[in-house]
Amino acid sequence: MRSHQAWSVPAGTAVVASIPPAERLILPALQRVQAVFGWVPDEAVDVVAAELNVSRAEVVGVLTYYHDLRQSPPPDVHVQVCVAEACQSVGSREFVSDLETAYGVPLGERIDGVELSAVYCLGNCALGPAAMVEGRLIGRCDVERIRDAVALAQEVRA
Amino acid sequence: MIRIFVPRDSAARSIGADEVAAAIEAGLLDRGIDAEIVRNGSRGMLWLEPLVEVETAAGRVGYGPVALRDVAGLLDSGLAEGADHALSLGLVDQIDWLASQQRVTFARVGIIDPLDLDDYRAHGGLRGLARAIAIPQQEVVADVLASGLRGRGGAGFPAGIKWRTVLEAEGDQKYICCNADEGDSGTFADRMLMEGDPFTLLEGMAIAGIATGATQGLIYVRSEYPDAIAILRTAIDIAHVDGWLGPDVMGSGRAFDIRVVEGAGSYVCGEETAMLESLEGKRGMVRPKPPIPALQGLFGKPTLVNNVLTLAAVPGIIADGAAAYQALGMDRSRGTQVFQLAGNIARGGIVEVAFGVTLGELVEGYGGGTRSGRPLRAVQVGGPLGAYLPADTLDVPMDYEALAAAGGLLGHGGIVVFDDSVDMAAQARFAMEFCAAESCGKCTPCRVGSTRGVEVIDKITAGVDRERNLVLLEDLCTTMTDGSLCAMGGLTPLPVRSALSHFPEDFRRTPEVTQ
Repeated sequence: MRSHQAWSVPAGTAVVASIPPAERLILPALQRVQAVFGWVPDEAVDVVAAELNVSRAEVVGVLTYYHDLRQSPPPDVHVQVCVAEACQSVGSREFVSDLETAYGVPLGERIDGVELSAVYCLGNCALGPAAMVEGRLIGRCDVERIRDAVALAQEVRA
Repeated sequence: MIRIFVPRDSAARSIGADEVAAAIEAGLLDRGIDAEIVRNGSRGMLWLEPLVEVETAAGRVGYGPVALRDVAGLLDSGLAEGADHALSLGLVDQIDWLASQQRVTFARVGIIDPLDLDDYRAHGGLRGLARAIAIPQQEVVADVLASGLRGRGGAGFPAGIKWRTVLEAEGDQKYICCNADEGDSGTFADRMLMEGDPFTLLEGMAIAGIATGATQGLIYVRSEYPDAIAILRTAIDIAHVDGWLGPDVMGSGRAFDIRVVEGAGSYVCGEETAMLESLEGKRGMVRPKPPIPALQGLFGKPTLVNNVLTLAAVPGIIADGAAAYQALGMDRSRGTQVFQLAGNIARGGIVEVAFGVTLGELVEGYGGGTRSGRPLRAVQVGGPLGAYLPADTLDVPMDYEALAAAGGLLGHGGIVVFDDSVDMAAQARFAMEFCAAESCGKCTPCRVGSTRGVEVIDKITAGVDRERNLVLLEDLCTTMTDGSLCAMGGLTPLPVRSALSHFPEDFRRTPEVTQ
């Protein structure tokens, strides 16, 4: 499903240089880098700063502000679990704790290439608990449904 | 040809609509039945998803919720002819839950193929834009003003006044920015409209552009909505090909174009000035107002910022006249509101009705009470910054002013139901925790106060100097309310205080310990 390019300064420069004029802004540039390489390496900060003619501090400011932007390589499979109110009302706290027990890691960490993380609302609030596995929305979640979705995502990758 | 509808809405897909659609397609092929599968939006009856419909001479017959294992049996018993089955819901338009609603903004959602422009036109699409081009700009703005339409994002500001301000503002470039950063838990109407009827939003934005003299539109969509982003981008391409977006809108000689901008996971970017900062590629930090965005918005230019549902209401208002829309609703809340029933609710989904319906009619009537079957204890209206209302206040009418008088806020129309297993002290703590995680950091009361709020609530529930800490929490809430630029810090105290005042016993479950 996803296949990320290996980072290099020339490759990163080419990506940022190809951004259309209206989108030559810090956030879209970082999003573009992450879409291509899977994350934003420190060298990419210099590339974006140089290409957009802004300071390194401004780029780091944006990079560290947004939850989606990664400063380390991504996992093989990203599992985002909704921890907001509508899902809480249908037992997401218990679901999260079951998931943490099943995978043996707390939210925010990864194991065997699978990263569990918290997200505030996926817009599936009548069919909670909700989660998203590699961009695919899952409703009425339990541990088994997540395991199935993770297995499917791993299969697609392989 | 027989047409069978299986929603492509991501909520329906989240519980197996894709698998059901594929199984139906394969099953039809096996049986030699010639039929077309249409991937429509969702009708909004989410507890019935995946809801499969088939077109018959009498109307569309529905089946749901359809699981993968039901497909073979459904086909064998005559799904393609709309035959009877245990899962049959009869004619979908006659289901009382749906038939009793006043679908105006959501009129086409679930009915049409979201990316079929002919279908859109056949269901009344593009009449509004055609009229907007034919009449003076001032008249379009006057219609929006006369309709009584107020901003559906939460603040409820009269849309027509904003439009007039942008029209009258001087600027070599003006922008229309659609706020589709629908981050409130319990809300999903923007998402369902974008996925189920994207042309309506694009048409509303084009009308706004024509009316105010803006030539560029941007839709800021949160990254948690990948399906909506994809469908909007395709819809924009289709509109370009058809000639109603681009350099010469419907042959008028006037230009208007739209671009989708993806968010990056920040709740506060749903606040309009933070959204503008983010659209400029910067950290999503809130700006002080004034200057208002209508005069100095995106890149300092006059900018109309409206929510998805506000803009999506416009094509109907311009096509059918302001009076029809204005005739619905009560007092200063005119038209319809798209309510979203969410959380622990038996029949969750989209209920679009005129303002003035009571909370009880929504939660007990349409919603059918809790999904768990346990007694209802609290309802949070208006998202994470909205108040928790107890079960005995369900008679409150849903309009901006009446709800405010009852100590709540309507917000984006999300309603989250909790049963009696809820711990309201934990919910109050979460409100502070969420604020701490999502504060943009500009205002100290919000940035620091939220973290202190979590700590103080922990002390209260643990019974540490409870009375003194309750006073401290109250003081902290006042500081946050008075000292924050935007609703993030300013309204986080609302769920906290409402939990404290309506459910004080939840904060006193542990015996007092004095240090």
